[in-house]
Amino acid sequence: MLIGAVVAFAVTYTTGNPWLGILLAAAASAAASMIFAFLTLSLSANQVATGLALTIFGTGFSALFGQAYTGKPISIFRSIFPEALATHPLWRLVFGHSPLVYFSLLLVVAVWWFLKKTRAGLILRAVGENDLSAHSIGYSVIGVRYAAVAFGGAMAGIGGSCFPLLLTPQWAERLTAGRGWIALALVVFAAWRPFRLFGGAYLFGLVMTIELYTKASGGTKNVPSEFWAALPYLATIAVLVLISLRRSGHSAAPACLGKPFLPTN
Amino acid sequence: MAIFTRRSVLKIGGASLALPLLGQAVLAQDGPLKIGFVNVGPKDDNGWTFGHWTGAKALEAEFGDKIEITFVETVPEGPDCERVLRELAQQGNKIIFATSFGFGDYVIKVAREFPDVIFEHATGYQRSDNVGTYNARFHEGRAVMGTLAGHLSKTNTIGYIGSFPIPEVVMGINAFTLAARKINPDIKVNVVMLSSWHDPAKEADAARALIDQGADILVQHTDGPAALQVAEERGIVGGFGQGADMSAFAPKSHLSAIIDVWAPHYIQVVNDVMAGTWVSDDSWPGIAAGEVVIGPYNEKIPADVVAAAEAVKNGIVDGTLNPFTGPIVDNAGTERVAAGAVVDDAGLWAMDWYVEGVNA
Repeated sequence: MLIGAVVAFAVTYTTGNPWLGILLAAAASAAASMIFAFLTLSLSANQVATGLALTIFGTGFSALFGQAYTGKPISIFRSIFPEALATHPLWRLVFGHSPLVYFSLLLVVAVWWFLKKTRAGLILRAVGENDLSAHSIGYSVIGVRYAAVAFGGAMAGIGGSCFPLLLTPQWAERLTAGRGWIALALVVFAAWRPFRLFGGAYLFGLVMTIELYTKASGGTKNVPSEFWAALPYLATIAVLVLISLRRSGHSAAPACLGKPFLPTN
Repeated sequence: MAIFTRRSVLKIGGASLALPLLGQAVLAQDGPLKIGFVNVGPKDDNGWTFGHWTGAKALEAEFGDKIEITFVETVPEGPDCERVLRELAQQGNKIIFATSFGFGDYVIKVAREFPDVIFEHATGYQRSDNVGTYNARFHEGRAVMGTLAGHLSKTNTIGYIGSFPIPEVVMGINAFTLAARKINPDIKVNVVMLSSWHDPAKEADAARALIDQGADILVQHTDGPAALQVAEERGIVGGFGQGADMSAFAPKSHLSAIIDVWAPHYIQVVNDVMAGTWVSDDSWPGIAAGEVVIGPYNEKIPADVVAAAEAVKNGIVDGTLNPFTGPIVDNAGTERVAAGAVVDDAGLWAMDWYVEGVNA
């Protein structure tokens, strides 16, 4: 996310074009994720350790790269709809958002459609559920996983680009401040389903906003704001418990999650 | 491989552990005086750490080749800073400036192991023979900002983005609120504590939340101009720069700023150490000593408001005005300071209550 954020900021600052910034952010993050892919897929390294290492690397690299860009303001990536609609008290709920927001909504639908309704999506799911069977049918498990990691990296980059383009139009070291980690809780909360993910993401976002609003209105005497900060994680734990109670042993996670692919032949 | 028997590895390993100790004895003090800085954020935060960076640059300008500075950035306030402090001491730095409150416990701990290294802890309260503390009377600057806010706020609601509820932050909130309510007794200050000194996305979100709750002026104790940018974007009356002049980020909304100037203190400490006259002290100068500078006033502020703010500043400088003059009532209704009395330094450092008008 941080690599995406710094590249998006640098490109948007230099060229003035936020679309180009987002595109190059996605490309840069996808490229960075190839380090992870190479280590875990071709060299079968431990995925958790490699993921952590890439996170630390991304933090440092983005800080180094971004040194030339601190202290420089850019303008927020606003809605592309006409001013009248975008600022209208009622219609701005629909038209007032940045293209990044619409993109995220489209993406949920697109990913759902891809996974459920296309052959390529089926192959991807097969590779995640039972890699040895997919391999014996003839699909390139490693190849599909490389593509999936690149896609994930690109998405993380676009998510990171939301920070300097949408939330706070500047670059500072560690701009994302660890906000990406909630994705881990979110994926579990959503039981790996795209539409539940959409609901979960907005629910978590709502809870984070309530936390700030209760603080801002001085109303922390009844419910401490720390409760709202902990709520997304408490909800995730509750969902995990529910899932494991209902279907004994059957988990919603892909069966090969976290396991390297090591064909026996 | 006969070389790598367990015994030989243990022997070589044990011998190599002793190597760093050899280096210690060779540290004769010829060569430049080495000075280390440990900071909680990056020098490019355009705020707190940037102020210390400017101070370090002033030291370089003043002493040139006689000193050598190591400036360590983004050290989290926690066990890891102990490692950084120890490394700096071991590398031969004779003065170490730790520039954030949270480093305090670790500075005291490391200072005990290095009695010939001088440690200066900014915004702290713990001292020992070789640990001094230093600070600047930011609350004097807050009183000036509060005067401006009192005149300029139209919704009578101020949004205050704080970091941690420690005395330094609390006295800033109180000084600001007292000054603002002197002008406009209906002013309310809503405080959000972010539990962080520097988190631009969270600062921006907190700013939006405060503005949505009716604030038209934003004040902050966090480093960085994120809240000011939101103020500019939303077109509210304005906000104040924190630690540095942040008008480049928000030309229309940046009303004024509290600028930290550490150079006088840093130069004083280095001179004292070079002369061998340094003693552990609690240095706490303010506007009068030039450590707190009020930033340029935004041109949209009317001249009479600027004059009122300048009057408060001059009153503080010549001692006729104390930002904490009684009667002061806290936000639960109890009178804390009687009429005519002032809060002394010890009282300021023990401040764990908010004045009337603060919603925290």
